[in-house]
Order: sequence, then C-alpha cells, then structure tokens
Amino acid sequence: MSFDYEKYIRPGKLPHIWCPGCGHGIVMKGLIRAMDALGMKKNNTAIVSGIGCASRLPGYIDCCTLHTTHGRAVAFATGIKMAKPEMQVLCVGGDGDGVAIGGNHFIHACRRNINITYLIMNNNIYGMTGGQFSPTTPTGAKASTTPYGNPDPPFDIAKLAIGAGATFVARGTAYHANQIEKLLVEAIRHKGFSVVEILDSCPTTYGRRNRFRSVVEMMNNLKEIAVSVQAAEHMSPEQMQGKVLTGVLYRDNRPEYVEEYQKVIEAAQDFAG
Amino acid sequence: MSKIAFLQGNEACAYGALYAGCRFFAGYPITPSTEVAEVMAKELPKVGGKFIQMEDEIGAMAAIIGASLTGVKSLTATSGPGFSLKQENLGYACITEVPCVIINVMRGGPSTGMPTGPSQSDVMQAKWGTHGDHPAICIVPASVQELFTETVRAFNLSEKYRMPVTVMPDEIVGHMRERIEIPEPGVIPLTDRTPPSVEPEEYKPYDTRFGDVPPLAAFGSEYRFHVTGLNKAEDGFPTTRAELVQQEEERQMRKIEDHIDDIVSYEEYMLDDADVAVVAFGSTARSARFAVREAREAGIKAGLFRIITYWPFPEKQIAGIAGRVKAIITPEMNLGMTFHEVMRCAAGKSTVSGIFRVDGEPINPGQILDKIKEALR
Ligand SMILES: Cc1ncc(C[n+]2csc(CCOP(=O)(O)OP(=O)(O)O)c2C)c(N)n1
Ligand code: SF4
Repeated sequence: MSFDYEKYIRPGKLPHIWCPGCGHGIVMKGLIRAMDALGMKKNNTAIVSGIGCASRLPGYIDCCTLHTTHGRAVAFATGIKMAKPEMQVLCVGGDGDGVAIGGNHFIHACRRNINITYLIMNNNIYGMTGGQFSPTTPTGAKASTTPYGNPDPPFDIAKLAIGAGATFVARGTAYHANQIEKLLVEAIRHKGFSVVEILDSCPTTYGRRNRFRSVVEMMNNLKEIAVSVQAAEHMSPEQMQGKVLTGVLYRDNRPEYVEEYQKVIEAAQDFAG
Repeated sequence: MSKIAFLQGNEACAYGALYAGCRFFAGYPITPSTEVAEVMAKELPKVGGKFIQMEDEIGAMAAIIGASLTGVKSLTATSGPGFSLKQENLGYACITEVPCVIINVMRGGPSTGMPTGPSQSDVMQAKWGTHGDHPAICIVPASVQELFTETVRAFNLSEKYRMPVTVMPDEIVGHMRERIEIPEPGVIPLTDRTPPSVEPEEYKPYDTRFGDVPPLAAFGSEYRFHVTGLNKAEDGFPTTRAELVQQEEERQMRKIEDHIDDIVSYEEYMLDDADVAVVAFGSTARSARFAVREAREAGIKAGLFRIITYWPFPEKQIAGIAGRVKAIITPEMNLGMTFHEVMRCAAGKSTVSGIFRVDGEPINPGQILDKIKEALR
C-alpha cells in the first residue's frame, strides 16, 4: 500500500506555493513520513518557521503551526518549548532564514542544547525574494546580487552547528528522499538540539543563473556531490574534493536545557522552603 | 491582609507581573530596566515559572510570543535600544493577536543616548514604532505602587483584548524606592483570555462570530491551529483577498476604538475650577503636582491632568479641559511629543505651551510654576 500523506496534511491548503522542481516539497514528504514513523501526535507537535519559501511548509501540515518573522523561528520555538516542555517542537526554514538573519538565534539554541529539531532546507540562495546570495552560496556563484560572481565565502551549516554545541547534526539531500525521513526520525528522537541540513534545489532562482539546464541536472548534481560518512572513510582528501558528507555527522550527550531549568526550579523551591 | 513592602519601581513591576499570573519571562539585560529581569530570574522558578535570558531583544520578544501561545502569561522588559529591536516582533504580536506585556523603562535616546538618564521620549515609538496599522495600548505609571498595579492591569488588558500591552515608566519611576502595598492574591481581579467554546474541528483563531476579540486556544491543547504574520483570514491562514484584509485590519483597530473608556485611565487634581491645566505623566507629573499646589497657594487656579494610559490617548478628556481653561502646559522629558498630541486635542480652544527637557535632568516644580505664571500673563 502506498504511504498516506493525507494524514498529516491540512485538507484544502494544497496546492502549495512552491515552483515545479523545487526541492522543498520532497523535504516536506520526508518530514511527514518521519512524523508518521514516530507516531507524532498532531496536537502535541508544534512546527515553527521563519520567512522564505521553505518557511511556508508549516501551513500545509496539520498540527500546531507558527509562521513567524524572518530568522526568528528558533527563538519563538524556544518560548514554546520552555513554556510547554511536553510538546514536540520542530523548526523548519531556509538557509537565509536560519544562518543569515537568524544566525544568532541558531547558534544560541545549539549552545543551550534545547530539545528542538531544526530542519534547514539549504538551497544556497534566497528563493522567495528572487535569488539574492545567501551565506551558503558558493564563492563565485551567480545570484541577482552577485552579477559578477559571489565574492563571499560560504558557511558550512553542519560545522557551524557542531561548533556552537548542537548535540545531533546530520546532512542529507533532496535527491536522497528516503534518507530524509531516517535522519529526521533520529533527530527528533534525540534529546537535545538537533540539526538536519538538507541540501536542496531552487531551479527558479539558482539553477537558472548557474548553468543548470534542468531540474534533473540539479538533482543529479546533489546525487554526485553527496558522499555518505561510511563511504568517505575509504576516500582520500583528493577524492573528497567538491564532495559533501551526508548522514549523521555528529552525536553527543550533553544536559538538555529544559531539564536543566527544571533543576533551577527545584533549587529555587528548596531555597524558598 | 495586604503586605507592605519598600521596593524599587522595577522590582514592583516584576512583582506586579507575578501577581497577574505571569509565568514566563524572556529578556536581555539593559539599563535601566535590568532589575525587572533580575527579580523574575529569582522569583519565577519559585512558583514553577520559567525565566530565560535570550541572545538579544529580538529573540526575547519572539520567545514570549511563543510561550504565550501555549497559554502562559508572558513578559519581557527592556529600554530604548532594546525596545527598538523588539519592534518587528511586537508587530507580529499585534497582527497575530497574542497577549503579552512589554516593559520599556525609558532612558535618553536616540541610539545609546543616555543609558542612566531619565527620559519620556519613547511614547511615540510605543504607538508608531512597528510598521503598519495596528492597535496600541501603552501605560505610563508615576509611582512604585502604580508600577505594581498598572502592570497587573496591563496583563488584564492584554488578555482581554488579545494584544501586546506596553508599560513605560521613565527611569526615575523605574529606579525610585517607595513604600507600597501588595494586595492579597485575588484582591485585584485577574483577566484570562477567552478560551474557545466550540469543538476543536470548528475552531478558528480569528472567529468573529464571537465578537471583535475572538477566543484564543493554546498550543498543546485539544485545539490545533495555524498562526502567521501574513494578513490572514478567520481561519488563521494567509489571504490576499482585499475585502478580508480590510475587514481584519479594521476589526483589530476596533478592539481599542470601541473600548476607549475601558482602557483610558487618568488622574485629575484640582482641575474643576482651573484656569491653567498642566498635562503630564510619569515622574514629571509628580513635579507638576507640587507646582500646582504652590500655584494654588499663590492664588493661581492651576490644576493637573495626569495621563496614566498614554495610548489610546485621552483625547476626549483633553478636549474637554481645553474648552474650560485658558492655558494648557505640557512639561515632558522629550522635545514635545505630548505637546503635539495635546495641541491636536485642544484644537485651538486653549493655548498650549510646553517645557521640554532632554538633558537627563528631571523637570522640577519651579520650572513648571514659572510656566504656569507665564501662561496666565
Ligand atoms: C526582516 C526581513 N528582512 C527581509 C525579508 C525579505 N525576505 C523574505 S524571504 C527572504 C529570504 C529567504 O531565503 P531562505 O531563508 O534561504 O528561504 P528560501 O526562500 O530560499 O526557501 C528574505 C530576505 C523579510 N521578510 N524580513
Ligand atoms: S523560488 Fe526557488 S525556493 Fe522558492 S519555491 Fe521556487 S524553486 Fe522553491
């Protein structure tokens, strides 16, 4: 029997706003499958996003959904998680949303290790506003604001997350659709701040400017550059040139923020007698 | 039995919030508001509440909106530069209609300005600071006692009208110490947002069948819904349908416009037979009260109108006063913000003159008394 996406989709909210060939829809499917695999309760799940094409995702999913301001999703989500720790809280959004304007909230959520899963759809561009470069646009790439090629060096989101203290960091691609579900299941199960970066594609504003002739070509590119953590063990640095690691990149156990705050409550109440 | 305490204004503000049932605080340190955060950090966990120091004021404003959506009354506190940073998310709370309270202890500005100097120059920002049309409630207390009770009222108004409310003491009021009476729990009635009465499948977060302030469910309850900062329809989902957008924006303004008398509060002192009225607020109103008393002793019929609710502005009352007195004086620690509002309300019925001070010094009674004498000359 085929998978029933309807279960978590809001009736009447489709068709979505995404362009044909946009990778965001594939990521959404992976998320829905992960939610189903985990048996997540709709009333007990909050999905929070910022602004951008990727950030429109929560509107399509039938749970408690919050479409906030550009870059601030994790900060809103932190309030929800602190105030109601029994809720499962997920954040979703694009690369610009997450690590440009939202970079400060992102690193501090990593540092606190608050039990939230952050799904970043990294298409290396600001899609919604028409293709300006983002902090993950490769150096030299064309964007509407880098007509002569991008002079900026890009961020590695996963390394940023690990450096800032996230305790679960994984990377997948929109080409490897089945893996998205698996990574998200592990991330959501993980206690602490978990980051899942999905390398995504924006044919409309990135592909077009950067000599990808078709959506298929963009997808093939994702397929070619991705190297699993396991496969990479047998590869030389030369062979890894131009490739990106995928799979679970980092896992650690550190005290989780809301649980730590619970100890503060206990200490304060002991103190108060 | 009520409790007598000797508190600083900012501390009283925090205790007022706790009294009102606030159980979540997110903030970022800034002078002269930090004591509010410090008291909340100490007291909230004792009552099972949560305190978080965020990475900046933008995040703090975001966090309190998130927390409030789970049904928990939430507070943030800041001053000038931090209040500027909160503006975008303050607008988000307006359009999504999420109750929350923001304390802004006014210091000199713009920019870093005078971090430890008093000011009353954020009153326009409280109404016009975030972009777009939106309702605004802003309260400007003048004493430590009032910082307590008005913070309670701010929470009540915010819950009742489903919107953010700002409480803005000037630095003098925030930092002064006074004896106050903290009433027993329950003595000041508390308001909670109206929960939905319909079945979960029928629930819409902006359902106008229930009036201009639709019931608000909590995330994590049996109700689930969508919240967006885009213009939205009754069901909470984005819409660009012209008539729906117009209706929704107008409804949000009606929450205030149709309940002005419920929201506006003020104090009158010796105004009945006055020839000259001083219109003032916050610590400046304390100086004004002295000046009015001294003027009376000198045989001058002076009176004081003290603004407590700054937004919505007490237009009707000021217009009434303008029709009865010869002159109105607006002393304020800014360069004429209240002056312009009073001019607008007075509409030529009386003269209006101001005392404007932005040098970090309070306006003293003598200055106001001189102006009272000058105005009647
Ligand atoms: C404060 C603010 N600044 C700028 C914008 C304009 N803006 C909307 S979406 C966006 C970029 C979105 O890019 P990304 O997060 O990478 O998501 P994508 O659209 O590519 O999925 C920008 C700059 C905004 N909405 N708010
Ligand atoms: S502009 Fe790009 S990111 Fe946005 S929907 Fe279209 S393809 Fe997707």
